[in-house]
Amino acid sequence: MIPSDWIFGLVGGLMIGSAAAIYLLVSGRVMGASGILGGVVDGSGRDTWTERLAFVAGVVAVPALSVWGGFTPGVTNATSNIPLLILGGLAVGLGTRMANGCTSGHGVCGISRFSIRGIAATVAYLLFGMLTMYIARHVLGVI
Amino acid sequence: MRLIVALLAGGLFGGGLLVSGMTDTAKVQGWLDIFGAWDPTLAFVLGGAILPMVIAWQIAARRDRAVLGTPIPAPSEPVIDARLIGGSALFGVGWALVGLCPGPAMAVLGFGGSPAWVFFAAMVGGMMLLGGLGLTRQGASA
Repeated sequence: MIPSDWIFGLVGGLMIGSAAAIYLLVSGRVMGASGILGGVVDGSGRDTWTERLAFVAGVVAVPALSVWGGFTPGVTNATSNIPLLILGGLAVGLGTRMANGCTSGHGVCGISRFSIRGIAATVAYLLFGMLTMYIARHVLGVI
Repeated sequence: MRLIVALLAGGLFGGGLLVSGMTDTAKVQGWLDIFGAWDPTLAFVLGGAILPMVIAWQIAARRDRAVLGTPIPAPSEPVIDARLIGGSALFGVGWALVGLCPGPAMAVLGFGGSPAWVFFAAMVGGMMLLGGLGLTRQGASA
């Protein structure tokens, strides 16, 4: 039997890819979460900020409504270690803006375009993510 | 119209993040834990997400403009520099420490409680830091 998590992963993945396809073919935009949010945060996307905010509103609202309505469980299993949350958040925010993309922009939209930058970025964040996981979990035991 | 499409695409993206398990930090950290109890779920998520986009880029290649009139984004210069790799490495470190990347960090705000908001605030702070370090944004993503 195929684990149900893998099926949910595939179905959710198809939803993510379809969202990116709609945003590209209808709106003419690359669907990158860090770029869409970052453009609002640092003002670089000033001329498209309403469109960016509408996208963010959708990202926040649909999971919230789904969990509040009891359609899906809302489990994040996130740590409550404040310094870890702050350190992780800073690294994700700064890193994705330096690299001009994250899992959605470089990973989903970049790889599917056979973009050499998207592939290189994805290899880098996966390698460093796995290395960090090894050190933090198995050497230091902090996560 | 542009706002409605953005809201719908964002909603479908957020729903996909929730259904796929990307909002569950245990699953994400399990995917990165190749030396421990490795969880392959994210391979299905990434594979499922790339599939529609491979088709979408093929369709886009035969058009100049999207339905709403915006030009299809041009590919970025195929340059791999220290900033791309360094930024991605830093992102990977933060992703592993907490298990949230930018999309899921937004998707969990409605139900993730205070850890979700602390992480989100720090992430926004990190994004603002870029300008403070004199590293202004260059080009478009992907």
